[in-house]
Amino acid sequence: MSSTISDPASDGVVRAADGTPLKQRLNRALRREKLRSFLLILPLLAFIVLSFIMPIADMLFRSVENQIVEETIPLTVVALKEWDPASGEAPGEEVFAAFHADFVQAFKDKKHTRLGLRLNYDEPGMSGLFRKTGRPSTKMQPPYKEAFIKVDEDWGTVETWAVIKQASPAYTDGYFLNAVDAHRTAKGIEMVPENERIYLFLFGRTMFLSIVITMSCLLLGYPIAFLLASLPLRSSNMLMILVLLPFWTSLLVRTSAWKVLLQQQGVVNDFLVWIGLVNDADRLIMINNQFGTIVAMTHILLPFMILPLFSVMKTISPNYVRAAKSLGANDWTAFWKVYFPQSIPGIGAGAILVFILSIGYYITPELVGGTSGIFISNRIAYHISTSLNWGLAAALGTILLALVMLLFYVYDKIVGIDNVKLG
Amino acid sequence: MSALPPYASKAQITWHYTFRAICGLIFFFLIFPIIVIMPLSFNAENFFTFTPKMLALDPEGYSLKHYQDFFTNPDWQQALWNSVSIAPVATIVATCLGTLAAIGLSQSHVPFKSAIMAILISPMIVPLIISAAGMYFFYSRIGLQGTYWGVVLAHAALGTPFVIITVTATLVGFDRSLIRASASMGANPVTTFFKVQMPLILPGVISGALFAFITSFDEVVVVLFLGSASQKTLPWQMFTGLREQISPTILAVATLLVGISILLLTTLELLRRRSERLRGLSPG
Amino acid sequence: MKLRLLLLAAASGFTFAAPVQSDELPACDNCASEMTVVSWGGAYQNSQVKAYSDPYAAMTGVKFIYDESSNEAVAKLRAMNEAGNVTWDLVDVEGPDAVRLCDEGLAMEINADEDLAAAPDGTPASKDFGESLISGCFIPQIVFSTTFGYRTDVAAWNGATPTSVCDVFDLEKFPGKRALEKRPKKNIEWALLCDGVSKAELYNVMETDEGIDRALAKLDTIKDDVIWWSAGADTPQLLADGEIVIGSTYNGRLFSVIEEQKQPVAMLWDYQVFDFDGWIIPAGLPEDRLNRVKHFLKFATDTQRLADQAKYISYGPARASSAPLVGKHEELGIDMAPHMPTDPANMGNILVNNIEWWANYADDVDAKFQAWLAK
Repeated sequence: MSSTISDPASDGVVRAADGTPLKQRLNRALRREKLRSFLLILPLLAFIVLSFIMPIADMLFRSVENQIVEETIPLTVVALKEWDPASGEAPGEEVFAAFHADFVQAFKDKKHTRLGLRLNYDEPGMSGLFRKTGRPSTKMQPPYKEAFIKVDEDWGTVETWAVIKQASPAYTDGYFLNAVDAHRTAKGIEMVPENERIYLFLFGRTMFLSIVITMSCLLLGYPIAFLLASLPLRSSNMLMILVLLPFWTSLLVRTSAWKVLLQQQGVVNDFLVWIGLVNDADRLIMINNQFGTIVAMTHILLPFMILPLFSVMKTISPNYVRAAKSLGANDWTAFWKVYFPQSIPGIGAGAILVFILSIGYYITPELVGGTSGIFISNRIAYHISTSLNWGLAAALGTILLALVMLLFYVYDKIVGIDNVKLG
Repeated sequence: MSALPPYASKAQITWHYTFRAICGLIFFFLIFPIIVIMPLSFNAENFFTFTPKMLALDPEGYSLKHYQDFFTNPDWQQALWNSVSIAPVATIVATCLGTLAAIGLSQSHVPFKSAIMAILISPMIVPLIISAAGMYFFYSRIGLQGTYWGVVLAHAALGTPFVIITVTATLVGFDRSLIRASASMGANPVTTFFKVQMPLILPGVISGALFAFITSFDEVVVVLFLGSASQKTLPWQMFTGLREQISPTILAVATLLVGISILLLTTLELLRRRSERLRGLSPG
Repeated sequence: MKLRLLLLAAASGFTFAAPVQSDELPACDNCASEMTVVSWGGAYQNSQVKAYSDPYAAMTGVKFIYDESSNEAVAKLRAMNEAGNVTWDLVDVEGPDAVRLCDEGLAMEINADEDLAAAPDGTPASKDFGESLISGCFIPQIVFSTTFGYRTDVAAWNGATPTSVCDVFDLEKFPGKRALEKRPKKNIEWALLCDGVSKAELYNVMETDEGIDRALAKLDTIKDDVIWWSAGADTPQLLADGEIVIGSTYNGRLFSVIEEQKQPVAMLWDYQVFDFDGWIIPAGLPEDRLNRVKHFLKFATDTQRLADQAKYISYGPARASSAPLVGKHEELGIDMAPHMPTDPANMGNILVNNIEWWANYADDVDAKFQAWLAK
């Protein structure tokens, strides 16, 4: 590349040693370089897409996927197309006949309870109805409409069938509606009854607690970062170890430490009783509530605040503050008007980082949060492993993910992904 | 702040020491929880608090029985073994792929650079519970749920962003004319990579590997969903322990883990110094 | 109520001639050499290891891997089934979960008389297990109960001790933290019983929205003082640590805290809730693993083995013929009978888990309960 000759040939094109135009050569070299860097990136990109992005996409898909109804009762879904809930009457015999055929098959395949469970998300009571109808369905004789109603009157109501019809499409927004405490009724989208609303409240609490945690991290982290940035290198390196050690210590170690400290019979309470500040009979309750979550998570996330703050503060030249003081500013004014504004990028970086990490937390709230200190993540885990409402878990996860992505976008705008620093 | 000027006023002196005291308290908050579990792990009783005997420094109040439990209990040993056999493999996968990609990304004309970067960094940003849920469903479908390789691949994916970030950081200070110099002297790209580039970015690679290792070694949410009994790792065992059979053995394990953290931290610090010296960033 | 008969039979212990168990197992053809068994961890799993898997391993050399995932068994089995990759061989679940797994086709149907050993006197297994075979897939092991334990050294109680389940709701007489399970089942029943609902009316009241609201309102009166547990070992630990003064858990866990760890804790048997616990075999096991599981089950559910489990934990064997064989605790040497939930002295007021009702209503009640809990 360096061996180009600048012999102005007859056509005026600059050529390389072998006679090809230089522009072409350069382009080819550029292409080759692009290709080479792309080939270097490709293995990891493929790996991440396969092992990480696709699982996430798969989960997003689950939040709208609804094939189960069509797969379990295909004939009924077709038959119901003709029926209009607005007619105010339950569907006729032909729908019931189709439903009977579907239902007996589903019962044989042991799928009817699962469908019942799915419909139960839209209308409480469906699960029980399907379960109850299981065995009797095999003995039914036409006319099926009467036979079903004999098992349970609910089969004769418009609402039951409206729920089934409405749940028929292969894709649904139902899980997302549930995730914001709404559901679709015959009258359109409505909020669920007051005493069953939980998710908006939990999202709110997750945000609130995350803000509190971020604020306390800032409050505790700022002085430390300030001190570290102003000390000479040798002593700041020593003190930095006190910040990095917790950072490198297992999350579970730190969570168990807080459990040990904060229990009613724990170290802190023992100490308070010993110095006589607290009566032995009414020891403080500091764990299994919001307080426990806030303290433990502030401790766990504090290094994530200190490190970005420190790296910004280190770049602030002391000359500005000196100049301010020489111009007559007192210590506070010099700090507040000169130093602090320059440290704001660090605050932004640290705060967003802590906030992003905090709203997705699961382990610590699960172990020290009790019921008042749990986050939306704990609810997602509950729906995956206990209630088995995977669609709702996916919808809640999608909303949380969107929230994090939004914040991350902001973070990228302020700090840049390339500038994330560790350790 | 570092030193008080001789002309400091009384208020300034007071504030100076108050500020230091505040910082001292915050440092105490940071470090005390980690320190406090250490003596408790030598408790002779099955309690989580200091017994009167311990406070009196009576040797009878202390014992190694929780450590003994850790080293003899098959559950803990199995968990330790699983952690030790999962984390290094995940680290190797993450480090190899991550280093290559970081080198690729550091070159000047990468198309869609920021989009690619966003994808590669995403495992670090996406909340763990979402990663765990997604992987749980997806790996179930392809038969990787509950397998050793399922956990290893998931942990490797979680570890790669750290490798990318640390290696990219060392590459920023990397003088690309060195590669050209090497090439002009007749070295092929592979030789150049191992003889010239690798030694210089090695500190970044190693610290990335350490991050990837600790990510896998500490990870509990994903393994909780993806793993089955035969992949029960140390953090998983601790999690069940904290939730179910709380025993001071957990504190013994915790103390050992803190020891490992100190080891890793020291290694990292040495690496950082070496890297700065090599790149001439600090006098030594 | 046949169940009641079984319980009484178990308690009173009508005698069978103690059989001579042969230590020879039939050969196992085409059987896997490893088994992954899912259970609950803690003292309970320990009793299974000692009574079933250790002796079996000693005889056959089979390697056992225990997975403490019974809490999430339904979810994990469903995921495994979806993937067509079931890694578990035998899963210990409570009765209601067994019913659900069977309904969804995730558990294999068994033939009790064929797959399980007959009683020593030749009574077929289906008759010997009787009412405890609550589902076609369920292989019962034990009768257990959920009940309360309280600390005996609470100064604030001024010497009073709780005698009724309703004392749990009495914060004035019995102040202090309580532990209740983080799900509606049993809590709803206790709350309504203590709110003046009669036992006969209980499930009719629960079927209405107002009934559930009423139960939650009753629970509201103590909500601030409740720690919610999700693992059976929580309450014993919290009691031992003095973090709570009274809490519900499985009776066997309390036994271990009281008798083995000698903690100042006592049992409150009032309105204990009976339940069955047992095995299910996941559907779709490959042949060699299925053969191994069946071979193991025939051994592990025989009359002697079920009685053996009671040496380690205070749960009643699920088959009638095991009851008379229940003897003394293996290590402590104390009589196990008075510690069994089925002992007549402990059966003043009891409830039996209404699996049918909960199968139909669990999802709806749970949604309400969890929403209530989060606030």
